[in-house]
Amino acid sequence: MGIAVIEKLANLDRRWIFLLMFLAVSIPILLELEFPEKPTKLARDVFDEIEKLQPGDKVLLAFDYDPASEGELGPMATSFILHCANKKLKMYFLSLFPVGPQMVEDGITKVILTDFPDLVYGEDYVNLGYKPGYEGVIKVIMTDLRELYTTDARGQNIDQIPMCQDVESIQDMKLILNVSAGYPGSKEWVQYGVTAYPDKIAMVAGVTGVQAPYMYPYVPKQLKGLLGAIKGAAEYETLVNEKYVKGEPKPEYREGVRRMGPQLVAHLLMIFLILAGNILYFLQKRIQRL
Amino acid sequence: MKFEHTILTLFFVLVAAFAIWQSLNDPEKLAGRVYVKQVAGEWVPADEIDRKAGIAEVSLSRSIGLWVGAFFTMFIFSFLYRDNPFYKMAEATVVGVSAGYVMVVGFWTTIIPNLLGKLTPGLIQQWAMPGLSPEQAPGAWVYIFPLVLGIMLMMRLVPKVSWISVWPLAFIIGTTAGLRMVAFLEADFLSQIENSIVPFVVLDKTNSIDYWQSFQNIFLVVSILACLVYFFFSIEHKGAVGKVSRFGIWILMITFGAMFGMTVMGRIALLAIRLEFLFRDWLNLHL
Repeated sequence: MGIAVIEKLANLDRRWIFLLMFLAVSIPILLELEFPEKPTKLARDVFDEIEKLQPGDKVLLAFDYDPASEGELGPMATSFILHCANKKLKMYFLSLFPVGPQMVEDGITKVILTDFPDLVYGEDYVNLGYKPGYEGVIKVIMTDLRELYTTDARGQNIDQIPMCQDVESIQDMKLILNVSAGYPGSKEWVQYGVTAYPDKIAMVAGVTGVQAPYMYPYVPKQLKGLLGAIKGAAEYETLVNEKYVKGEPKPEYREGVRRMGPQLVAHLLMIFLILAGNILYFLQKRIQRL
Repeated sequence: MKFEHTILTLFFVLVAAFAIWQSLNDPEKLAGRVYVKQVAGEWVPADEIDRKAGIAEVSLSRSIGLWVGAFFTMFIFSFLYRDNPFYKMAEATVVGVSAGYVMVVGFWTTIIPNLLGKLTPGLIQQWAMPGLSPEQAPGAWVYIFPLVLGIMLMMRLVPKVSWISVWPLAFIIGTTAGLRMVAFLEADFLSQIENSIVPFVVLDKTNSIDYWQSFQNIFLVVSILACLVYFFFSIEHKGAVGKVSRFGIWILMITFGAMFGMTVMGRIALLAIRLEFLFRDWLNLHL
């Protein structure tokens, strides 16, 4: 390879890399490339933990994310709702993110209103909305839900909502399903919920790729299962669809698997770029020595 | 106008022209439109079956939102080419809308129901929240303290008495530090030590050795100890200590590599959803 070519490649305008990444992600989307997913133990643990529950059991779905993380966490949230609705669990939604209630409403619209119209708001599911206060909220509602949640997200008195009448605190929940984009999120639920009440609170979580390495140490004692990034979402989605969706799942229920196509091509590009960058680096060093 | 501004303007005009053309010529009549249907009195997105059944209709407001969202996505992406007025406008809009949204949500979800609703429940029920109970809970007078602390915090806006805001700030920092210290000690420090105490020889259900799990446990403990040795600077990293420390660095580097890989996966997923939005939801493009 000529010295001029090496120098040119070493000083390549990074916008060419952006263009390559754009093509690596957009072409699989346009071609609708999909690959089969084989669920790993962590995803299976999440699935099994929900499977253990009985119809009518109470579960807390804490959706601590916003549109910025929708790409990674949206498929997990959808699958959690789909799984719980199929299991006929009582779903209590809340969020520690200001835009979280909108994410909850999106999930409710996408799954419950569309495919489970028989479920009744206030009897089968309730959106308790958002409360500011970060980990302080978790700390309080672990012992007294009404201290902070006097109404639901729609402004309805919590005491007039049938499914909330026998709930004193989060300790009444059989399982916490947390979808987390960062702070406050899964780490805080583990710190102030699960660890503080190890015999009463069990939790599974779906987190972003950035957050996942910080959450793995909590598995399996403090976290029963963990979905890490879009890969975890795709695996769990596969498990839920295989058991509960008859025939071809709707596009809304295949978002995780669908987004693994662009992942594969983009990761191959990343590996190529890392290798190419290192080879160029060593070639440059060699040229400098000559 | 700078050259790059002209290029970007031309690009957006061309994309807009293509999007309009695609909306008018899309055989499925999906591009540039959002279909909705009514379920239990609420308007929800409609799918293909609903459209074929004739119960779906185009929502003008959501369709406008779709176009605004598409152009704002491209405005933000345009920063990858170079900083430009389109990006700045989109960025300023996001910051402004987010700040306003958080303020309003905070007011209606906390100040009203959890502070004023506790102190004067009857008034708040009549004025703002009909769902709230009009009866005051026993001991609700303690909410005067957060009200006073809140007012003191607002004094930050008055330069002459801004020093008053330091007191509630000290209260916030003190309580947060206390809460966090206890939680960290319990959940991370003590529990993580407990999680690291694992058997080196693991037996399976048939009482034979589970070699893979045993290896994992041994590797876990050895890795933790090696990483701890790397951060132990009271002994010079030479000889056996140096070798263990070197192994610790390798473990740390592998961990950082795994973290980088997870971050890349996350970022690509975010890019994928925006491109899905542009190609599918907005333009209904398929190859």
